[in-house]
Amino acid sequence: MFDALAERLEDAWKKLRGQDKISKSNIQDALKEVRRALLEADVNLQVVKNFIAEVEKEANGAEVISGVNPGQQFIKIVYDELVKVMGESNVPLAQADKAPTIILMAGLQGTGKTTATAKLALYLQKQQQTCLMVATDVYRPAAINQLLTLGKQINVPVFEMGTDANPVEIARQGIEKAKELGVDTVLIDTAGRLQIDQDMMAELAQIKETVQPHDTLLVVDAMTGQEAANLTRTFHEQIGITGAILTKLDGDSRGGAALSVRQVSGQPIKFVGVGEKVEALEPFYPDRLASRILNM
Amino acid sequence: VGQGPLNEDAVMTIESLLLQADVGIEATETIIETLQAKLKEEALPPEEAIAYLKTILQDILDQPLQNQNNDDFVPEKDTFNIWLVTGVNGAGKTTTIGKLAHLTQKSGYNCIIAAADTFRAAAVEQVKVWGERTNTPVIANPGKNTDPAAVVYDAISAAKSRNSELLLVDTAGRLQNKKNLMDELAKIRRIISKQAPEAKIESLLVLDATLGQNGLRQAQVFSEAAQLSGVVLTKLDGSAKGGVALAVAQQLNLPIRFIGVGEGIEDLRPFSSYEFVEALLNG
Ligand SMILES: Nc1nc2c(ncn2[C@@H]2O[C@H](COP(=O)(O)OP(=O)(O)OP(=O)(O)O)[C@@H](O)[C@H]2O)c(=O)[nH]1
Ligand SMILES: Nc1nc2c(ncn2[C@@H]2O[C@H](COP(=O)(O)OP(=O)(O)OP(=O)(O)O)[C@@H](O)[C@H]2O)c(=O)[nH]1
Ligand SMILES: [K+]
Ligand SMILES: [Mg+2]
Ligand SMILES: [Mg+2]
Repeated sequence: MFDALAERLEDAWKKLRGQDKISKSNIQDALKEVRRALLEADVNLQVVKNFIAEVEKEANGAEVISGVNPGQQFIKIVYDELVKVMGESNVPLAQADKAPTIILMAGLQGTGKTTATAKLALYLQKQQQTCLMVATDVYRPAAINQLLTLGKQINVPVFEMGTDANPVEIARQGIEKAKELGVDTVLIDTAGRLQIDQDMMAELAQIKETVQPHDTLLVVDAMTGQEAANLTRTFHEQIGITGAILTKLDGDSRGGAALSVRQVSGQPIKFVGVGEKVEALEPFYPDRLASRILNM
Repeated sequence: VGQGPLNEDAVMTIESLLLQADVGIEATETIIETLQAKLKEEALPPEEAIAYLKTILQDILDQPLQNQNNDDFVPEKDTFNIWLVTGVNGAGKTTTIGKLAHLTQKSGYNCIIAAADTFRAAAVEQVKVWGERTNTPVIANPGKNTDPAAVVYDAISAAKSRNSELLLVDTAGRLQNKKNLMDELAKIRRIISKQAPEAKIESLLVLDATLGQNGLRQAQVFSEAAQLSGVVLTKLDGSAKGGVALAVAQQLNLPIRFIGVGEGIEDLRPFSSYEFVEALLNG
């Protein structure tokens, strides 16, 4: 199962044969291979550095189990550490003591927020919860229309005020509407924004301040490169996220962005998107993603 | 950067810079080796070593255009041009179509858009808004989930009967590992060649600058299905550097034609390898 990386570790581990302990001196080449694998998987460089330091600490002094290929033993340490860092699986959505539960979606342009909003609504509906979706993206052409179309597909109402209204006001009135309708959960779709766009970040902060969400989910494209760490840091610092959704995992990207998101924010990845259809949402499994990142 | 061949610190600095720009570990190593080789030949002072690094990067980006003399990338006047716009989900295809329609209309081209994303929710409505903004007719099929190839077929006929000079084709986002969707794209590409053999065809891949190494895989697979002739790099107004474009240019010999620098109608620029490299290396 650990084939790809194991093969590359072969040379690095020739050094280790005949030695009975993993030590700082005999582990360096192997760590370099791990570093390379993580970088190829798009894990952020800084995150890689921290992770490698952790693995080195973990591995240092470990007995080389006789009869077990030391390379395999080392990869197991890396894999376990990766699973550990990536956090728990199946962290549920927040649930308010008193309905409605408010969920705020956030992220860069085109990551899959609107689609994920509908996916979550459908997921909750299957658990016998009622939902309202709120369309606050007044910028992207036909964004409201997109949410309305998805709402129709899954039979979930959408609150919108057209494109002339202020997104903060739409969000506020959306919550009012949710209370009036007595729904269990209200999901607020927002426009995509760059984390360096101060006006747009201020708007999002204001939406959050106004609606006081129970869950603020950062939607991150699994194909994201080094930027995953930067964007997560800024969204977390300026908005405060409580979880993430990793989208487009049905592609063949290695998904190293997941590690960056998790490491930088400390918040759990709650769901993954695995397709364009509204049903294509799955809980997050750290072990699966660890295997994927290590290309196993 | 040290006086002689790069010392370890200098290598580390350059390596970090390139890796953090998503250049990728393989391309980064090649670039540093090239630089080292040069420095072995002649010792360069630090500024000149940096200048040489920039030359290496620019050469990679300019290489695909080596045998072409017009560096202004524009539709050919008084000819039927078809520009097919492709890419993975959310990369910025439709927005780029809108910007291109604006740019070409402004330059006096008679332009028309084919709304061949018949799949995503409100995709046609989105491209229609861009059509209105830019005063460009949009050919769409009112039915849902219709065959996108049929829309392209209709749009080519419409473009011909209106004597359009440029047909912009918007396609649905698709991940390159979805075989059926890539086959669908290949079919669209074939229909274009077949229905408009006289046309000058450009097949553009839209790459999001925020992408990591998967961008290279995208370029490889789309290249085959859509017979790519160039790349548009979007979202460069963010802090991502789009370094994967270097690997794409190098390995697939694809020129980068435009960059997207915002969501507005004017936010499209011709690609300049000089500016790109400056931005990439300046933190
Ligand atoms: N293959 C795949 N496509 C997805 C997934 N999630 C979203 N998409 C697609 O990605 C594209 C962008 O999705 P949207 O939901 O519009 O993204 P957004 O974040 O709302 O975009 P903006 O509002 O413009 O910022 C669309 O083509 C979606 O169909 C996923 O998990 N897998
Ligand atoms: N900041 C920034 N945003 C952009 C740029 N180009 C596109 N976008 C935004 O990215 C999001 C997705 O753009 P679209 O044009 O819908 O992307 P697409 O490739 O057509 O998406 P699908 O058809 O769903 O696959 C929208 O919110 C756009 O406004 C750009 O250059 N900079
Ligand atoms: K940039
Ligand atoms: Mg959206
Ligand atoms: Mg589109």
